[in-house]
Amino acid sequence: MLDLRLYMAQRISAMVMIPLTVGHLAVIVYAIEGGLTTAEILGRTQGSVFWFLFYGSFVLAVSVHAAIGVRVIAHEWLRMKGAWLSALTWTVCLVLLVMGARAVIAVTWI
Amino acid sequence: MGADQEHLEVTVWRGTAVGGRTETFEVPAHDSQTVLDVVSWIQQYADPTLSYRFACRVGMCGSCAMMVNGEPRWTCRTHVQKVARAGKVRIEPLRNLPVIKDLVADMDPFFEKWIEAEGVHHPTRTRADAIERIDPESAARVEANTGIECINCAVCYAACDTVAGNSDYLGPAALNRAWTLFNDAKDAGKQAVLDAVSGSGGCHNCHSMGSCTHYCPNELNPMAAIAGLKRETAKSFFRRRRDA
Repeated sequence: MLDLRLYMAQRISAMVMIPLTVGHLAVIVYAIEGGLTTAEILGRTQGSVFWFLFYGSFVLAVSVHAAIGVRVIAHEWLRMKGAWLSALTWTVCLVLLVMGARAVIAVTWI
Repeated sequence: MGADQEHLEVTVWRGTAVGGRTETFEVPAHDSQTVLDVVSWIQQYADPTLSYRFACRVGMCGSCAMMVNGEPRWTCRTHVQKVARAGKVRIEPLRNLPVIKDLVADMDPFFEKWIEAEGVHHPTRTRADAIERIDPESAARVEANTGIECINCAVCYAACDTVAGNSDYLGPAALNRAWTLFNDAKDAGKQAVLDAVSGSGGCHNCHSMGSCTHYCPNELNPMAAIAGLKRETAKSFFRRRRDA
């Protein structure tokens, strides 16, 4: 159910997420403490390659990490196996990826 | 039927793979009485049709493990006084394994997983060669020594919640065995071991909950062995990518 390849994908995505999560929290605190308006935030993020890569890689890591986590829970608690389990893993991954990518594009695209 | 100081109220699971029920017996209580003594008393004095398994009676053979009040125990070395609750004891066949009859679990899946985990010897020399000298102080030998006293009782396998949720998972005993072989200078199958424990039922399914280590009657640490396998397979993952 969880072979070495999936295990490594989940661990590596977790390692990617650690600094990005800290950065994300710092951004939230900064935006709120500084009292930035939506327009001011978008003014800084839109057209920024840095924020596109920051949140783009965050979304990618979350999609991989969460999909594998849900896969384990579905197998152990719902007894899901084989093609159904693979379908669920890919579905969770793609849904998170599409939703996240939409948000990243909305905030960083001009 | 009530429990008093002179008697134990012992509930025993009776049945086969098809299904079963519990049956309660009143058993005389004695000092230093083990759970296996209790089961033997029932079989000898109350119901000779009760099936159970034991051999050495001294904690060496790993035959007599059962669930006692919901926890896996080696029954020959478990004093009743330690586990009885208000004079009551509930004895069932080992968890996570099919039942043959009454308290006898089918150990086939347990031992098949040993083979699946490459828990077999891969010799470095032939019988014509001289015996390899082993440094007992070497780090690998010291690590291997921590896991070799496994008696195959399957207590860890019954305790493991990951096995309960994932029947393909190799389980703590097989992975502990794989780890001892990986650290054994006399074993030539290190990569074979790593490959065997990297499959879909391999060591990476372990959630490190630690029930195996908590319940191991020989105080081994299968959870640490599995962590060692995770570490070595991860290194091998990067090594192979680099060499590819």
